[in-house]
Amino acid sequence: MTMHLELLKIDSLHKTFKKHKVTAVDNASFSIFKGEVLGLVGESGCGKSTLAKLILRLIDADKGSIFYKNKDLLKISNGDMRKARKDLQIIFQDPYASLDPSMRIGEVIEEVYSIHKNVSWHERKNKTIELLETVGLGESYLNRLPSELSGGERQRAGIARTLATDPEFIICDEPVSSLDISIQAQILNLLIELQKRKNLTYLFISHDLGIIASVCDRVIVMRSGKFVEEGQCEAIFINPKHDYTKELLTSSIGFLDKKPK
Amino acid sequence: MNKLTVFGLCIVGFFMVIAIFAPIIAPYNPGQIDIKNILTAPSYSHIFGTDSLGRDLFSRMVYGTRISLMVGFIAVGIASLIGIALGAMAGYYGKWVDVIIMRFIDIMLCFPTFFLILAVIALLEPSIINIMIIIGATSWMGMARLMRAEILSLKERDFIYAERAIGASDLRIIARHLIPNAMAPVLVSVTLGIAGAILVESSLSFLGIGVQPPTPSWGNILSEGKAVMGAGWWMMVFPGLAIFITVLGYNLLGEGIREKLLKS
Repeated sequence: MTMHLELLKIDSLHKTFKKHKVTAVDNASFSIFKGEVLGLVGESGCGKSTLAKLILRLIDADKGSIFYKNKDLLKISNGDMRKARKDLQIIFQDPYASLDPSMRIGEVIEEVYSIHKNVSWHERKNKTIELLETVGLGESYLNRLPSELSGGERQRAGIARTLATDPEFIICDEPVSSLDISIQAQILNLLIELQKRKNLTYLFISHDLGIIASVCDRVIVMRSGKFVEEGQCEAIFINPKHDYTKELLTSSIGFLDKKPK
Repeated sequence: MNKLTVFGLCIVGFFMVIAIFAPIIAPYNPGQIDIKNILTAPSYSHIFGTDSLGRDLFSRMVYGTRISLMVGFIAVGIASLIGIALGAMAGYYGKWVDVIIMRFIDIMLCFPTFFLILAVIALLEPSIINIMIIIGATSWMGMARLMRAEILSLKERDFIYAERAIGASDLRIIARHLIPNAMAPVLVSVTLGIAGAILVESSLSFLGIGVQPPTPSWGNILSEGKAVMGAGWWMMVFPGLAIFITVLGYNLLGEGIREKLLKS
């Protein structure tokens, strides 16, 4: 794996929610290299999801910069950002909330094609079916509504939508934490397989150390908006430096029994 | 669906059929004057009787259904367009856009609507088109507020973030994702709004500044009936009943939809 091309460089990113006077992300700086899976771990409410939305400019940052291939995403116009979104995608935590309840699965994916015009009009349907098959759904799902799908199937549909833009970088924001244990492994395997096959780069957010250990190359530990520790996955799990990391590790006893891949 | 909703739906459907097939249903030309048969009571040949010019009241009522429903539908259509567009913008963009639109709504709500309509009609001429536009332009505020409230709660949902993430434009997000998902409560408001608009049109026509004779509408038939109240009770009873039943029908239907939405 070539891990040296710096794909995304986040520099002192900051966000305070004025209404609640909460600093959700406090001077976050880190880099993600092409082809790697970077884990972001921390308890719920520590600002992980806010950070994800900040990186994709889904909410506005107070200050800082986000360099994607040496271009500062916070400085480009809304129109340019919409084009750049093609390369940067996100998979949401709750598959029950992340699909438009009034749209059929086929329409959800074809919409991406009609926005980015990356697939010609008469190829759209075939491409959509192909994509659905890639994520383990089939042609029969084209005309189904999200309400007719199970949680796992919805998450697969969400992943299909994410892949439709043919992105380079995907933020997986707790992609399995709202799914049944039995489904979690299937979705994780799908994500890992896609990452390997398409040489994708992931920012993998989770509060589950076991999952982080089995998926990620490097990991960042986050606590109330701040990064407390960063390093290679094994190094951090075997020899944690920061007290909070140790606390996290001891509070999830048994995770090391799960074999890291 | 409960029985009252079904009843409301039947009424609404019944009058729609009458409006659509008016030329087939009406036995006479609604404008045909018959001096020999002035103010005849309901009989076999004129089941609702005739008016003070000898015109068949039943035929005039049937054609009046067309006018009254058309005014109701188009007026509410105009109100929905304004209300949905402004409400969606206020909810989605927030900040100063929201402040301006909401203050504008407050100002519009301050006016006693009916008298505002009276004043405007006095300046313009009372044609059907003017009436529809004016009723529409003064009754969109409730819909805008409903729409705004729905959008406010919808826009923080993950699927809207997902749309932004795949690069959808604001217009696409509002038109394709927010409005369709926010339509349900607005639909109730639309149904109730039709009842309201029919009432306003009837009131205006009754006062003689709505739909102008010889075009029949329930309101102006009622108005003509007022002049001959003692001599021809049928001139007031039938249009009055038609207005009453139609408004009842739309209100029952609206309430039925509202109840259904609250349950789901």
